[in-house]
Amino acid sequence: MKNVMTLVALAGQPNCGKSTLFNSLTGASQHVANYPGVTVEKMSGAYRYEGMKTEVVDLPGTYSLTSYSLEERVSRDFLLHDKPSVVVNVVDASNLKRNLYLTFQLLEMEIPVILNLNMMDVARRRGIDIDTNELSRRLGALVVPTTIKTGKGKNDLLKSIQSASRPEQNYEPLRIDYGSMEPFLSRVQEMLSESGDPSYPLRWLSVKLMEGDTEARKLIEKQLSNANELLEFVEKQRGNFESQNEEKSERHIAFSRYLAADTISKYCVRTVTGPTVPLSDKVDRVLCNRYLGPVILLGVIWLLYELSIVQGYKLTSYTWPFLAQLRELTAFIMPDPGFVWEPLIRSFSLWFVDSINALLNYIPIFFILFGLIAILEDIGYMPRMAFILDRLFRRFGLHGQSTLPMVLGGVFVGGCAVPGIMSTKGIPDERARFATILIIPMLNCLAKTPLYILMINNYFPEHKGMAMVFVATITILMALPIAKILTLTLLKGKETAPFIMEMPPYHLPTIRGVVGRAVERVWLYIKKIVTIVAAVAVILFVLLQFPGLNKERRAHYETMANTAREAFYKKIKGNAYAAQIPEDKLMDLVLYAGDYKNARMGVKKKEKAKAIDMKFAEKNPLFFKFIKPQKDKDARKVNRALKKLISARKKILREIKKEKIDNSYLGVMGRWIKPATQWAGFSWRVNVALLSAFAAKESSVATLGALYQQDEGNESLEKRMKEKEIGFTSLHALALMLFMALYPPCIAAAIMIKVQTGSANWMLFSMIIPTILGLSVASLVFTGGTLLNLSGLQAMFIFYGLALAATIGTGLIKNKTDYM
Amino acid sequence: MTLDNIKPGCECVVKKVNAQGKLDQRLMDMGLYPGLMIKVIRNAPLKDPMELELDGFYLSLRHEEASYVEVCRR
Ligand SMILES: Nc1nc2c(ncn2[C@@H]2O[C@H](COP(=O)(O)OP(=O)(O)O)[C@@H](O)[C@H]2O)c(=O)[nH]1
Ligand SMILES: [Mg+2]
Repeated sequence: MKNVMTLVALAGQPNCGKSTLFNSLTGASQHVANYPGVTVEKMSGAYRYEGMKTEVVDLPGTYSLTSYSLEERVSRDFLLHDKPSVVVNVVDASNLKRNLYLTFQLLEMEIPVILNLNMMDVARRRGIDIDTNELSRRLGALVVPTTIKTGKGKNDLLKSIQSASRPEQNYEPLRIDYGSMEPFLSRVQEMLSESGDPSYPLRWLSVKLMEGDTEARKLIEKQLSNANELLEFVEKQRGNFESQNEEKSERHIAFSRYLAADTISKYCVRTVTGPTVPLSDKVDRVLCNRYLGPVILLGVIWLLYELSIVQGYKLTSYTWPFLAQLRELTAFIMPDPGFVWEPLIRSFSLWFVDSINALLNYIPIFFILFGLIAILEDIGYMPRMAFILDRLFRRFGLHGQSTLPMVLGGVFVGGCAVPGIMSTKGIPDERARFATILIIPMLNCLAKTPLYILMINNYFPEHKGMAMVFVATITILMALPIAKILTLTLLKGKETAPFIMEMPPYHLPTIRGVVGRAVERVWLYIKKIVTIVAAVAVILFVLLQFPGLNKERRAHYETMANTAREAFYKKIKGNAYAAQIPEDKLMDLVLYAGDYKNARMGVKKKEKAKAIDMKFAEKNPLFFKFIKPQKDKDARKVNRALKKLISARKKILREIKKEKIDNSYLGVMGRWIKPATQWAGFSWRVNVALLSAFAAKESSVATLGALYQQDEGNESLEKRMKEKEIGFTSLHALALMLFMALYPPCIAAAIMIKVQTGSANWMLFSMIIPTILGLSVASLVFTGGTLLNLSGLQAMFIFYGLALAATIGTGLIKNKTDYM
Repeated sequence: MTLDNIKPGCECVVKKVNAQGKLDQRLMDMGLYPGLMIKVIRNAPLKDPMELELDGFYLSLRHEEASYVEVCRR
C-alpha cells in the first residue's frame, strides 16, 4: 500500500473531549482540561492505522465558526486553507442539539465530516437515547458513538476515518434551509460563480457574506478583481433582506441553524427519564453559594499553598541530597583548588551547578502544585473560580479567568510567573489577558521569598508575622491598581470580549491524566527554565569574575600565601612529623582537613561520626593524626599550626573573592547606578545583589551571601549582613522588599511574556515598567520615611494604607466595554 | 423586561436580543434565540455574573450582557 498521508482535523465545541481523543489517537499527552478555552493553538500529531499514516490536528474548541474570536479564526483558517481530508466533529452526546449548530457549519464547508458522538456514558446515564442511523441519514455523514475517556469506540472511529478519507466515498451532506433568505443566497452565489472563484465552497461563502463576516469579505477582496462591485451587491442584498424580513441577516442565519438542530434532535434523540436536577447543579449549590462559595474558594487556594509550598518544601529536604551529590560529583571531577587560586573551570562548573540546583530544588513543589491544578482543572472547578471572582477582578480590568494565572503566579506567596503567564492563554478578553500577563511578574513568586525572609528575620524580628502578612498581601494591592491603570491607558485599544462562559458539568479526574499532566508541566518547566537560567548563569559568572585581579594584586596575595605557609613550617620546625609534610603535600593536607570538616558537618550521632573517622583514618592514617592528634604531642603541634594555616588561607580567599566582586563588571555597575538607587537607600552592594537577581531572583540572597563574607566561624548571613551594613535600618529593609516585590520578570518569565503577547515590545515593557515603578515606590518609602522620621514598621503601615486606598480608588473607576 | 432583572429560580422566554456585533454573535452562538426558555439558576456571590440553564446547558454571563436580552416571564 502506498504511504499516503491523510490529514484529519478534530473540531468541536469546547470541553467535548477533543484533546482526550487526540491523545488517545496519537499517544501524545496534550493538555486535557475541564475548562473551556484551554486549547487555543492547534496541535498536531500522527498515528498509523493498518499501514496508513494519518496526521491529526486538534483544533481549538469553538461554539461557532465566525471571525469574532481568535480560536474561531484559527479553526476556520485551518479548515479552509489546509483542506483536511476528514473533519472529525467531536460532540457531547448528552447535549447533541447545541452541538449540531457547529456541525452544520462544518458540513457547509464541504469537507467530509464524521460526527463523533462522544461522552456516550454521560448520555446513557442521563437516559438520553440517540438513533445514530437516523442521525447519519439526516446529516449525510458517518456517525460514530464513543466514550473516548475509556477508549470505547475508538476502533470504530479509526475505521470510519480511514473509509471517509477515501475520495470515492460520497455523502450528500445536509443543506440547511435558510428559508426566506434562500433567494438572496442564490443571487449572491450566482454572482460569485460568474466572478470565477473556485477555491472556496460557494454556498458557504455566500452564507458568510450574507452574515456580514469580515474575514469572508477580506477573502473576496484578496481573490477577486471585481471585489468592490461584488461586496456592494452583497450589502444591497443584506439591506433588502433585512427590510423585507425585519430581521438581521446574521440572526436569521443563526436561527435557521437552531431550527434545523431542533428538527433533527426531535427525530433522533429520545430522553427516557424525565429531567432531574443534575448532580453538578447540586454541587454548585454549595460551591457557588453566596457565603460558602468564597470561603471554599479561599480554602482551596489555602490548601493549594499548604500542600505544595509547605508540604512540598518539606519534600525538598529529601530531594536536596541528590542535588548536593551532583555538586559534590562536579567538585570531585574538577581539578583541585590551589592554595589561593581556584582553577577557572572549577569555579565556573560549581557556579553553574549551584545556579541550576537552586531551581531544580523547587521541583517537588511544582510537581505537587501542578498535580493539584490538574485535579482542579479536570474536576471543573476552574470555571467556578472564575464565576465567583469575576466581579472583583473586572473592577480592575481583569477577568474571572485571571484567577488561575494569578494563583499560579503567587497571589499571596510562592508561585512562579512562568506557568502563570502560560495559563493566561484561556482568557478570551484580550485586554484583560494582557493586563493579567503584565501584573503576574509583580506577584510573589517563590524566588522572591528568600530575600523577604532574610529582611524580615533581620529587621522586623519582633513583628515577623505582621511583616509576612504585609509582603504576602501588598503585592496584590499594588498589582490591582496597576492593572486598572494599564487597562485605562495603554491597553485601552485592545479588544475586549463578553464574559459568556460555559459551566461544564463536574467530572471525576483520572489518575493517569493528572499525573501525566503534572509530569509534563514539570518537564516543560525544567526545559524552559533550566536552559535559560543556565545561559544567564554563564553571563553572570563572567560579569562577576572579570576583569579579575591585576598582576600587582595577584602578587600581593601570593606573598600573603607564602607568608602563611612559611609561618606553618616555622611552627613545626624540629617536629617529628616535619619531614613527612613536604611543600607539595601541604595542599593535600589542607584539602583533607576541609573534606573531613565537611563530612562531619551536622553529624550528631556517635556511631556515624565514628564511621566517618574510620573512613578518613583509612584513607590517610598520617593526615588523620593531625586532625585527631589524641595524646601525640607533636601531632598536636601540627594540628594547631594547620588550623592557623587554614584560617589564614580562608581569609585570603575571602579577600580575593570580595576584591574580585568589587572590581567586577557587575560591581562597577552596582556603583554606577548608585545615584539612581540612593533615594531608595540601596548601597552598591545591594545593587549588585539586585542586578544578579535578574536571571533568577534567588540569586539575590546568594550574592548577598558572597558580598557579606564571613570572617570567623559560621555566622549566618543574617548576622553578617547586620554587621556589615551599618546604618541599614528597617526602613532600608522595607524599601528593598518593596523593590523586590515589583522586581522585573526573570529571563524565563520575560520570554514567556514574549511568547504569550507575541511581541518583544511588550516583553521590554514588562521589564522596564516594574523597574521604574519599583524604584519609585522604594524611593518614596525610603526618602519619605527618612524625612518624616518613620520607623520601618510605621512606614509599612502607611504604605499599606496608601496601596489599599489606591486599590479601592481605582476599583471605583468604570471601565468601558467595546465588544458591541 | 430584560434578562438581568430575572431573579434566581425564575424562568423566562427570550423575546429579542438587542445586542450588536461581537456580543450579539456570541449570544446567538450560545443559543439565545427568540423563543428559548431560560432558567436563571443563581447569581455569583458578588451578585455578578449570573448562571443560566438553557436546554440542559449551563452558562454564566454578566448582568451587563444579560441586559441586552429582552425576555418575558413565564
Ligand atoms: N464521561 C466522559 N468524560 C469525558 C469523555 N471524554 C472526555 N471526557 C472529559 O471531558 C473533559 C474535557 O475533555 P477535553 O479533551 O479537554 O475536551 P476539549 O476541550 O474538547 O479538548 C475532561 O475532563 C475529560 O476527561 C468521555 O467519553 N466520557
Ligand atoms: Mg482541548
